[in-house]
Amino acid sequence: MREPLARWLLHVLLLGAVALTLMPLLWMLSASFMTSGEASALPPPLLPGHGTLANYRQLFAQQNIGRCLANSLWLASITTALSLVLNSLAGYAFAKLRFRGREPLLRLLLAALVIPSQVAMLPLFLMMKWLGLVNTYAGVVIPAMAGIFGVFLVRQSALAIPDELLEAARIDGAGEMRIFQSIVLPALRPILVTLGVLTFLGSWNDFMWPLIVLTDQNLYTLPIALATLSREHVQDNELMMAGAVLTVLPVLLLFLALQRYYIRGILVGSVKG
Amino acid sequence: MSARHAAWLFAAPALAVIGVFFFLPVLAALFVSLTDFDLYALADIRNLRFVGLGNYWRLLHAPEFWRAVGNTLYFVLLGVPLSLAASLTAALLISSRLTLAPAFFRTAFFAPVVTTLVAVAVVWRYLLHTRYGLLNYALAGIGIHPIDWLGDPHWALPAIILFAVWKNFGYNMVIFVAALQTIPADLYEAARLDGASLWQEFRRITLPMLRPTLLLVSILTVAGYFQLFAEPYVMTRGGPLQSTVSVLYYMYEEGFKWWNLGSASAVAFLLFLMILAVTAMHVRLARGAELR
Repeated sequence: MREPLARWLLHVLLLGAVALTLMPLLWMLSASFMTSGEASALPPPLLPGHGTLANYRQLFAQQNIGRCLANSLWLASITTALSLVLNSLAGYAFAKLRFRGREPLLRLLLAALVIPSQVAMLPLFLMMKWLGLVNTYAGVVIPAMAGIFGVFLVRQSALAIPDELLEAARIDGAGEMRIFQSIVLPALRPILVTLGVLTFLGSWNDFMWPLIVLTDQNLYTLPIALATLSREHVQDNELMMAGAVLTVLPVLLLFLALQRYYIRGILVGSVKG
Repeated sequence: MSARHAAWLFAAPALAVIGVFFFLPVLAALFVSLTDFDLYALADIRNLRFVGLGNYWRLLHAPEFWRAVGNTLYFVLLGVPLSLAASLTAALLISSRLTLAPAFFRTAFFAPVVTTLVAVAVVWRYLLHTRYGLLNYALAGIGIHPIDWLGDPHWALPAIILFAVWKNFGYNMVIFVAALQTIPADLYEAARLDGASLWQEFRRITLPMLRPTLLLVSILTVAGYFQLFAEPYVMTRGGPLQSTVSVLYYMYEEGFKWWNLGSASAVAFLLFLMILAVTAMHVRLARGAELR
C-alpha cells in the first residue's frame, strides 16, 4: 500500500532532477535558433519565436567555424588512432611478454599517475618551440600519442588472455607480430573501443594544452575557437549558443552510441585508481 | 624475432612518448622552477640564471599566490562535498528497486560529463546572467532579488561551484551505482525484517559498505578539483577582483601571459605538492575513522 506512493514520489524527484540537468543543454539548443538579441528579453524566452539557422550560417560564413570543426575532427581522430596502436602494443607487452625492467617500469608508471599533467606543460611548450612544433597539429598530437592510463587500461584486459593460447601459437611457429594481430587484438577489442571513445572525447574536449600550443586561428580546435569567440562577442549570445551546439553535439552523439564502452572505461579506471 | 626482442619493440614506442613528452618535461619543470626563465631567456638562453629556491620563496610571500590558493581551496572544500552528495543521491535514486528505466536516468544524468567544458561554460555564463538569465528568473519566482552571479566577488566562485557540480556529478554517480550493485541484497532484507527505516538502512548498511569507494572517489575528485582552470578562463577571466583566480589560472597567466616560466613552473610544483599533501591527509583521516 505504501509502495505506489513511494514509487510515484521517487519518479517525480528523478524527473525533476533530469529536467534540471538537461535544461542548460536544451536551452542551448533552443537559443541557437533564436534571432540575434532575442534571448535577452524578460521573461527569458524558452523557445525561439521564429526558428532560424542564421547563427549557424554566420558561424560558417564569417567565423571560419567549419575549419575549426575539421581541425577538431582531424586531431581527435589521429590522436585516437595513434594512441590505440601505441597503447595496445605496450599494454600487451606489459601484461604478457617478459622483458628486463618490466616490473620496476610498471611501478614507476603507476606512481607517475599522481603527477598532474600541467606540471609538464611549461617545459613541454619550450620543447615544442625548440622542435619547431608550436602552432602545428603535431604539437597537439605527439604528446597525446601514448599515455600511462591507456597502457594500464589495455594491460588490465590483456592479463586475461590465456598464456596457453599464446604458447600454442608460438609452437605453431607464428611470429610475435602475427600473434598480436590474430590473437591479442581480437581479444582486446572491447577495451580498445573503450580506450578509443575515451581518447576521442578527451582529445575533442581538451582545452588547456591546445590553447597553449596553437596560436594560429586556422589551427584552432572548436573549444579554443569558442573561448576566443566568447571573449570577443560577449554580446551575441545566440551566436555563441550555436557555436556551443556545434562543439557539444558530436561528442554527445558519440557518447550516446557507445556509452556502454565509455562507462566501462570509467569503472575500470576507478577500480584500478 | 624472439619474444624478448618483441617485448621491447612493442613497449618502446609508448614508453618513448611517455618518457620524452611527460617524464622529461616533469624533470625539466623542476629545473626550470629553480631558474629565472623569462622572456629574455626565451629569446636567448644565455640570459638564464639559476636562482635556487628564489621562485618558491617569492611565491610564498606573494599575496596574489595565496589568494589563488585560497580560492582553489574554497572551490575544493565546498565543491567536492557538494559534488559527492549530488552523485550519491542520484546513484541511490537510480539504484532503488522501485525505479523504472534506470538506464534512461543514468544516461540523462551523465550527459553533462561528456559535454565540452568550454561550450557549456559559455551556456552557463548566460544562464547566470543578472538580468536575462534563467536562474535569476527562477529565483525571482520565489522572491529572491537578482544576484550578479559572475560580477560579484562573493558570488562568482559559488556560481562556478554550482556549474562544476552540474558538470561532474554524473561521473561519480556511475561509480557509486556500480558499487551499490555489489552490496548483497539480503543485508537489506534482514534489516527490513528487523523493522529498520530507510535512513537506518542507509546509515548502517549502505554507507559502511560504500566506504572504500567513497574514499577512492573523493581522492580522485579532490585531485581533479584542484586543477580548476577552464571554468574561470571562460566564465570570469579570474575576476571580479581576482576572486576566481585558481592556482592553475595563476600558473597560466604567470607562464603564458607574462612569460615568467621559471616562476610558473614553481607554481605547478607547489600545486602538485598541495594535492599530495591533501591526499595524504585525506587517507590518514579515513584510516583514523576506520579504526574508531
